[in-house]
Amino acid sequence: MGGREVNIPAAATARSGADSITLGLKGITKRFPGVLANDHIDLTVEPGEIHVLLGENGAGKTTLMNILYGLYQPDEGEILVNGVPVKFHSPSDAIRAGIGMVHQHFMLIPVFTVAENVMLGSELTRSFGFLDHRRARLEVQRLGQEFGLAVNPDTLVESLSVGAQQRVEIVKALYRQASVLILDEPTAVLTPSETEELLTVMQSLKRAGRSIVFITHKLRDAMQVADRITVLRGGRVVGATVPANSSEGELATMMVGHAIRLRVERPAAKPGAVVLSVAGLTAHDDRGQIAVDDVSFDVRAGEIVTIAGVQGNGQTELVRALMGLEPVVAGRIVVGGHDLTSASPRQTLDAGVGHVPEDRIKDGLIADFSIAENLALDVYYLPPYASGPILNPTEMVHNAEVRIPEFDIRTPSALTSVGTLSGGNQQRVVVAREFSRPVSLMIAAQPTRGLDVGSIEYIHERIVQLRDRGAAVLIVSSDLDEVLGMGDRIAVMFRGRMEGPFESEQLTRDEIGLMMAGATTGRNATSGGQPGGNL
Amino acid sequence: MSVAAITIGARMAVSRRRTLGVFFLVVAAAMAGLFGSNVSDLVNAHFVFNLQTSSAIHVPDLVVPVRATAFGLAAVCAFLGAVQIVRGFERWAYVVLGLVIALFIFAFLAWAARSSSLSLVGMLQGTLVRATPLTLGAFSGLLCERAGVINVAIEGQMLVGAFSAALVASATSDAAAGILAGMLSGGLIAVILAVFAIRFQVDQVVVGIVLDLFCLGLTGFLYDRLMVPYQATLNSAAVLPPIPIPVLASIPVLGPILFDQNVFVYLMVVLLVVIQVMLFRTRWGLRVRAVGEQPRAADTAGIDVIRIRYINVILGGLLAGLAGSFFTLGAVGQFTKDMTSGRGFIALAAMIAGHWTPLGSLGAALLFGFADALQNFLSILNVPISSYFLLMAPYLATLLVVAGVVGRARPPAADGKPYVKQ
Amino acid sequence: MILQSVVAPQSTTWNSILVVLLAFVTALVVSAGFVIASDPTVFAAPDPLSALGNAGAAVVNAYGALLAGAIGNPSSIPAAFSSGTPSGIALAFYPLSETLVAACPLVFTGLAVALGFRAGLFNIGGEGQVIAGGLAAGYVGFSVHGLPGIVELPLALVAGFVGGGLWGFVPGLLKARTGAHEVISTIMLNYVAIYLTYYFLNTALFQRPGRTDPISRVVDTGAMLPSLAGVNLRVHAGVFLAVLAAVAVYFLLWRTVFGFEFRAVGSNPAAARAAGINVGRVVVLAMTLAGGLAGLAGATLILGVQFSLTPGFSSGLGFDGITVALLGRGNPAGVVAAALLFGGLRAGSIQMQASTSTPVDLVQVIEALVILFVAAPAVIRAIYRLRTAPVSVTPTVSPGWGS
Repeated sequence: MGGREVNIPAAATARSGADSITLGLKGITKRFPGVLANDHIDLTVEPGEIHVLLGENGAGKTTLMNILYGLYQPDEGEILVNGVPVKFHSPSDAIRAGIGMVHQHFMLIPVFTVAENVMLGSELTRSFGFLDHRRARLEVQRLGQEFGLAVNPDTLVESLSVGAQQRVEIVKALYRQASVLILDEPTAVLTPSETEELLTVMQSLKRAGRSIVFITHKLRDAMQVADRITVLRGGRVVGATVPANSSEGELATMMVGHAIRLRVERPAAKPGAVVLSVAGLTAHDDRGQIAVDDVSFDVRAGEIVTIAGVQGNGQTELVRALMGLEPVVAGRIVVGGHDLTSASPRQTLDAGVGHVPEDRIKDGLIADFSIAENLALDVYYLPPYASGPILNPTEMVHNAEVRIPEFDIRTPSALTSVGTLSGGNQQRVVVAREFSRPVSLMIAAQPTRGLDVGSIEYIHERIVQLRDRGAAVLIVSSDLDEVLGMGDRIAVMFRGRMEGPFESEQLTRDEIGLMMAGATTGRNATSGGQPGGNL
Repeated sequence: MSVAAITIGARMAVSRRRTLGVFFLVVAAAMAGLFGSNVSDLVNAHFVFNLQTSSAIHVPDLVVPVRATAFGLAAVCAFLGAVQIVRGFERWAYVVLGLVIALFIFAFLAWAARSSSLSLVGMLQGTLVRATPLTLGAFSGLLCERAGVINVAIEGQMLVGAFSAALVASATSDAAAGILAGMLSGGLIAVILAVFAIRFQVDQVVVGIVLDLFCLGLTGFLYDRLMVPYQATLNSAAVLPPIPIPVLASIPVLGPILFDQNVFVYLMVVLLVVIQVMLFRTRWGLRVRAVGEQPRAADTAGIDVIRIRYINVILGGLLAGLAGSFFTLGAVGQFTKDMTSGRGFIALAAMIAGHWTPLGSLGAALLFGFADALQNFLSILNVPISSYFLLMAPYLATLLVVAGVVGRARPPAADGKPYVKQ
Repeated sequence: MILQSVVAPQSTTWNSILVVLLAFVTALVVSAGFVIASDPTVFAAPDPLSALGNAGAAVVNAYGALLAGAIGNPSSIPAAFSSGTPSGIALAFYPLSETLVAACPLVFTGLAVALGFRAGLFNIGGEGQVIAGGLAAGYVGFSVHGLPGIVELPLALVAGFVGGGLWGFVPGLLKARTGAHEVISTIMLNYVAIYLTYYFLNTALFQRPGRTDPISRVVDTGAMLPSLAGVNLRVHAGVFLAVLAAVAVYFLLWRTVFGFEFRAVGSNPAAARAAGINVGRVVVLAMTLAGGLAGLAGATLILGVQFSLTPGFSSGLGFDGITVALLGRGNPAGVVAAALLFGGLRAGSIQMQASTSTPVDLVQVIEALVILFVAAPAVIRAIYRLRTAPVSVTPTVSPGWGS
């Protein structure tokens, strides 16, 4: 490409244009303190193929790809480009060899424009280092048109939807002439229709001779687009196959190591009185825009209502408003007959509401505190943990010694600090804390995000138990399988407005997908809610 | 998220608008009450626009009736306050705020100068002079924070800069050598800051404060050891004279203020333009800002985060050292213990109030510089305010500004967070 | 958390004591460099050998005086006892007494800063809080007459606590309500307090009758802290108060409900809020309490040592509190130990300046260097080839400017 500055010295392989390349990984091994993340992994990516890397959270997929992208160095093994061993000391080396990566958590600068983000690191400049925004704009538009990725070069990234941000990431990789594109869990943040669009883009990239490594734990997506599938478990390759020779069930078994239920089995709900009643709720996000727009719904005792929707459509703000963490601009929140609209977080918790926060590290746990202290985070000021102003730390430890085995938290002791636990164990601490309190309403936001299958199953079981003991449960989740599997009634949020809740038998997966993308059904929500809004 | 963000997360935009409007009304009431009442109708204030020393074209004095001015301007502020409460000025809110503050200051000056005359030009000239080290310090903080490193050691860097500049300029009788020495010593302290903040990842505010204490102790120690016994050779630097720019210095009013200043002021203006352009229009600036916002994203784009941070912190140290040289070579020629008196922190406040931009920093620094210059000018007039309160003025002004009257802006997203390469 | 970036939390106590000791030694060595570099006799020496000799002499003299001023000469104690006279005995213990006198306010300011750190706050306003407390305590001390000492002294101390508390309350409130970063607001209030002192000491209310210089009236004898060892030694009952305060702070932080909230907010304000803790209230109360502790430093200084107010009576106590808190790792026991160490340095520096003309500012240099070296264990380990401790320094997230 004429006119582009190359400001890093030449290294590994020299390329001209985006040729197709064959990528090989042989015997890649990587150890972190206490864990063998990658165990002698062999993998080949042929030119022009979509190669799915399948595995549950924690299986080692991202680590492997970070090695391929030059972010980590392997302890053993080598990387081969067209059969020649190479060493990637940094992402620049990988980029120069033709590897591009779209990370699970986007590597974008929110306050920069799309064009600035795309060219960062390989900027287009005029004399004296002045940025050439005009050429950058043209380049972004050209790439967008060539591969069907429409993005406006001049918008600020922070005002783009998640799906649009992902397109920017892909354009970034293509701008650097990636021959192999690594996509790390791209569909986790997309609506079903956006997922279809992405899969189409992948096909057009394939036709242009590029290869794609598609990392996912979603069996459906894997079966739909893969040319070949490699399954990782516990850091090792446990299977390699093609969709024609396999099935979702078989893949699931390979991923987890034993047969698992693909659907959560739960007995029918026996709903009772209304516990949570939300009417006309409106709330803002942290930039002052409306995030929750006139939302109304009920949750009854003994039932689970799940709210589906892609991140960023107001679910986060809805939960925070319900818990008193954000002010309510309009509307009412009533829990068990008490008006909690302007209640503080403490008052809400005291009223019998449990909260499993979306971000367990930021909102759910205090990393420096011990497990015992974290288990008492909501109740430290109440007897037996406190007598008046005096704290009783031994009581906290006793409590922990009961809860740790009860919730199967793997830890050397009750005094270990929570920050050292794995993600699954951390979430178990949060669940142990909230589920051990007397609650009439449990609000769980993304309760199983990023967890291993064992923890996911465990938490789902506990939620169903809680429901059957008579609590009302509200789950917010962007995982469609979780929404369908757990919801007695299902609602969908899009741009702050809510469709539903509807009885789960009345909804198909496709209908939910359409609602997540903004369609309205015109159907009335069930049991006590307002009619679904029309946009 | 910090403690502040948590507790304020609940504030709504509406109440912020109203608070600002109420502030305007309060200012209006203060103007009327303090400067308008108890003043007879006949009292006038003379504002002088000429300096005896300058060659600028002569402009007649401005004579204003104090009482009418106070009440008139108070009425304007009250009106603006009412509009702000009801409708809000939105994007123009900061400009209106600046206007209200300027009107208040004008009414105050009129009242202070009642029945006598005040050199407005002299006051503005002095304001710019006092604002110069604050702006340079703000630029220092700016370069560091835009790359994601908090530099609280500006105060210390200024002190060693002032000390070294006085020492070297005195010993060599060469002002340029003095300025260079000042800059280099600031840079040296910045190297220590950089190593502890970037390599050892110690909390940046802690390192900054400890370095301030270190510089305070070191300059005090060396002053006693070297400058007191050898005053004549080591602590008698010549103050740099103002250099009038031909033609431009003759412009009425503006000439003496902007174009008849010493080299530090001119350097400040040049740096203002250079930094503004480089930070927002060049490749270097884009990378620096990327490092300060999302260092991991910058890293994956192939940018050397650590190197950029080191370079920017050291550049910041050089600038702070330059700011420090001003205190000796640009003002009094002699070093005294703790002569910066907290101005490094005021510079930081100016940077924050200026929303981490060079132009904004200058604006805020002018306000603080004015407060700093107040004591000089008002001691000539018979103002019934204890001089000690006037000396407090810059610190109180900073306090008010930092308390968010000006509103909160976002610092670079990765500000203060050490970058951990995995 | 802020503190963890300065000293690795999981390292063993012996390991960290070793690091502190070595940091101290290294700081002394580097400071000796400054002493030598600024000594004219070294440069005026005719040949390198005598230059070296002069350099060595300068350092030995300075540090010898420092040590003597801090703890005295052990061999002189038995001699003093055998001499029998009270003043003779007092002379032998004078340095120790001075160390305690200097350490007493440092315990208070160190606790003030440490308490702030525990709640996630940088309390750099110790200077202003000490002044506010001293002004209040002094005022009560010289204007309240006729009450019995049992009432007057506690009253003055409470006034000191309240004064300092007010000076901590303001930045705390500003932080909770507006997000104003407490580093800047507390430092601004420091300067305001300094000028307020001048102002008050020139008013009839405060100024000693018959004087034109800024000095206040003398504190009532009823409000003075009793001396512990007679007329010749300055050590006073405030020392007990300091230890009591350290115990109280420990108890507060780890054995009360409020202390739990403190530590939670200091560690993770978002999670604390989600768990129902009122973060704003914690911030305000923490800064107020911290200010009150620093105010007590000022109060004990005025009521136990100086007995009247003069400008600059706080003389860097607030800033020294920062180094004491950092060295003490934010633990009350550590703060007491660090206060004794730095108090010794302070007391010794007077002697050092008197007998060798080495400026007292050197002590500030030593203190700052100790903190820097303690904060970078890797540097110490590299210098002394220690085996690496089996932990890594946890990188921390500085709160930034309220983002």
